[in-house]
Amino acid sequence: MTVQAQDPYRIGRGGGGDSNTGRGEGGPASKRTTVGYGFWIYLLSDIILFSGFFAAYAVLAKQTAGGPTPHELFGQGRVAMETAALLLSSFTCGLAGVAAEKRKLIPAQVWLLATGLLGAVFLGLELSEFAEMIGKGAGPQRSAFLSAFYGLVGLHGLHIAVGLLWLGTMMAQLWVKGFRPQIQRRLMCFNLFWHALDIVWVGIFTMVYLMGVAP
Amino acid sequence: MSERETDSGDTAPGDEAAEGEEFAGGTSGYVVGLGLAALLTAAAFAMVNLPLVWRPAIPMALVVLAIAQMGIHLVFFLHVNTGPDNTNNVLALAFGTLVVLLLIGGSVWTLGHLDHNMMPMGRQMHGFP
Repeated sequence: MTVQAQDPYRIGRGGGGDSNTGRGEGGPASKRTTVGYGFWIYLLSDIILFSGFFAAYAVLAKQTAGGPTPHELFGQGRVAMETAALLLSSFTCGLAGVAAEKRKLIPAQVWLLATGLLGAVFLGLELSEFAEMIGKGAGPQRSAFLSAFYGLVGLHGLHIAVGLLWLGTMMAQLWVKGFRPQIQRRLMCFNLFWHALDIVWVGIFTMVYLMGVAP
Repeated sequence: MSERETDSGDTAPGDEAAEGEEFAGGTSGYVVGLGLAALLTAAAFAMVNLPLVWRPAIPMALVVLAIAQMGIHLVFFLHVNTGPDNTNNVLALAFGTLVVLLLIGGSVWTLGHLDHNMMPMGRQMHGFP
């Protein structure tokens, strides 16, 4: 067996000359691949950051210090709306990516705008929940459970807020500069970021809200 | 170089496959992904509200549904799949998942034991002279 045949990258590729980029004789990988891969590594590190907050919440969820419990605080209606808004915004963001791939400016901008509006709806619902809870005396200083709750959910909300800023600048850049390669790459990274935030939200609504109100 | 920078052997994460048609690509892939994700979300909410599952099993059922939905998101939205041009992305994801599992699982495990071994508050107050 030759060295080439043992290369796992060849499996399913039909062998042949070594023209693959990034390894062998095909030259370095394209910028799109390296930029995407680097952003992927950042996202995984961000998810590890979230996992620290998840671990803190899992450990502290029962330490209510005589204060309000998850059962008393969380309703399902608002969480269902937040989940729907974020899932739909992830979907429209994907469609914006498809439109950008095909270099259709107006559809891409419309889908990006829809993504931003749905993200803003999510953020508004979350902030109204926080305001309501703090008004009831369930602020982050009330108990270890609530500190962990505001830390975890607030960190996600902060990411969404930063994502909305990024989205606004991306729409402006796309409008002014058009589909240049670097704009396409930034759009791809934004897509990754937004989808990853939706994955984190799946963890939050399951662990914080549904497990909190489960019988 | 074509109008989209592509590699023959590598796919950027979130990008569709470099070579030819891909499983779950294009708009239809996002529609299928949205449908499946919505279905799993609805199932998770039904689990809590309807008497479908034995009560102590509900948290485990929710965890399973959440992991399934994360998988749907990865495949249909982030285009992570088992294609040969996706190997680098999958390996990075596998390492990230390992760290996340160690962090969450380890914290819950060790601190659960610590909590269990703590003296109950009442005895601590009154049990000593």
